Amino acid sequence: MKLTKLTFAVTAAVVAGGVTFAAQAVDGVTFKIVDGTIPESLTGKSGDPVNGKKVVVGRKKGNCLACHIMPIPEEQFHGLTGPDLHGVADRMDEAELRMRIVDPKVVSFDTMMPSFYRTGQHRVLEKFQGKTILSAQEVEDVIAYLMTLKDES
Amino acid sequence: MTFKKTAITAGLIAGFGLIAAACTQQKEEHMGMGHPYGDEVWSGYATATPETRAMQDDDFENPFMPYVDVAAEIYDSPQGEANKSCADCHGAPDDAEGGPMGIPMKGVGARYPIYDAEMHRPINVELRVNRCRTKYQKAKPFKYESDELLGMTGLVVMQSRGMPRVTTADQVGDELYPAWLQGKAFYYQRRGQLDLACKHCHEDNAMNMVRAELLSQGQSNGFPTYRLKWQKPGSLHRRFRGCNKNIRSIPFAYGAEEYLNLETYLAWRGKGLPVEGPSVRK
Repeated sequence: MKLTKLTFAVTAAVVAGGVTFAAQAVDGVTFKIVDGTIPESLTGKSGDPVNGKKVVVGRKKGNCLACHIMPIPEEQFHGLTGPDLHGVADRMDEAELRMRIVDPKVVSFDTMMPSFYRTGQHRVLEKFQGKTILSAQEVEDVIAYLMTLKDES
Repeated sequence: MTFKKTAITAGLIAGFGLIAAACTQQKEEHMGMGHPYGDEVWSGYATATPETRAMQDDDFENPFMPYVDVAAEIYDSPQGEANKSCADCHGAPDDAEGGPMGIPMKGVGARYPIYDAEMHRPINVELRVNRCRTKYQKAKPFKYESDELLGMTGLVVMQSRGMPRVTTADQVGDELYPAWLQGKAFYYQRRGQLDLACKHCHEDNAMNMVRAELLSQGQSNGFPTYRLKWQKPGSLHRRFRGCNKNIRSIPFAYGAEEYLNLETYLAWRGKGLPVEGPSVRK
């Protein structure tokens, strides 16, 4: 409930001002939300696209294929509830992608997409309490992989 | 003069009528009373494979039926210190008169959960069977999700097969209305590490694919059900628990008030759907 309010507050701040930001801290990592984006790497390092693809495919990690079509033909049955991610690097930059992976509700309040780098959700199973779905470096790795998804044309 | 008075009175009545109508409309909008699916209500049966449907349609193929057969024996045999069988009060399961008590099993599956005046909350078929056991048969209640209780629930519910689900729980003033509101709040609340509410899958994305799974409307008219994945019959509360755990959320206990409220709300979301229990699902 608290977090829902926090999300509201952040959204409001972003909408109200031109370039506003809110600092957030998760798991000891502090990051700044600037105008609905997170410009800086969570770890200060760039991501590894090869590991990023593994995280994307892993059903207990990103499990991105549950909802998104991606150029990963070796995996069957890509879900349809989220947008097709072919060429996503042409449409968004790293900062926009980072925001949508860390906590997509900041930019899309009603989305079904999980917040991959946030804690404090309602009634979380004990073994996941206080934990983020992905680690900060895994988020960066996924971004690095997504940035390789450019339209061939 | 008289004419003028009449005109004023008529005008006033019409005016109040308009205001009342406007208020009602406003209230309905405010409460979100419109049905979320409109006329597009469909059962999980609609998207089941022909093989699964065939299994459900033929009682000799339906793998739930052996459990119902065992329950039918319990139904007929004296239970507990009272040494009474279910049949002693209700007659045969399909007795339209409902035995000496005049309470037939037909219709139960269509109208439950109902309001329980003793507990001041909804009561479902499972808990009502156990109420009969403890209160009238002076017997031990069946464990929730035991073969006996699943079978007995299946036996009772199947007497209403094909009947449309009925509920007035969404009406202000209905005894179940507070439970309906609580159930609705549950339905729309995000939960678990995956931060999903029921509505994200079963309202926003019903008929859409999550990986290889087709999302349903999450209707409850097929319960209790034989789920092929479980290789066993299961209750609606087992399904709730599974859903909650899938999104990494702490499940509630079998028979918990939170789930009874949700069950009450879901019955309304599937109002008019035919009772299918015991169904077969993948």
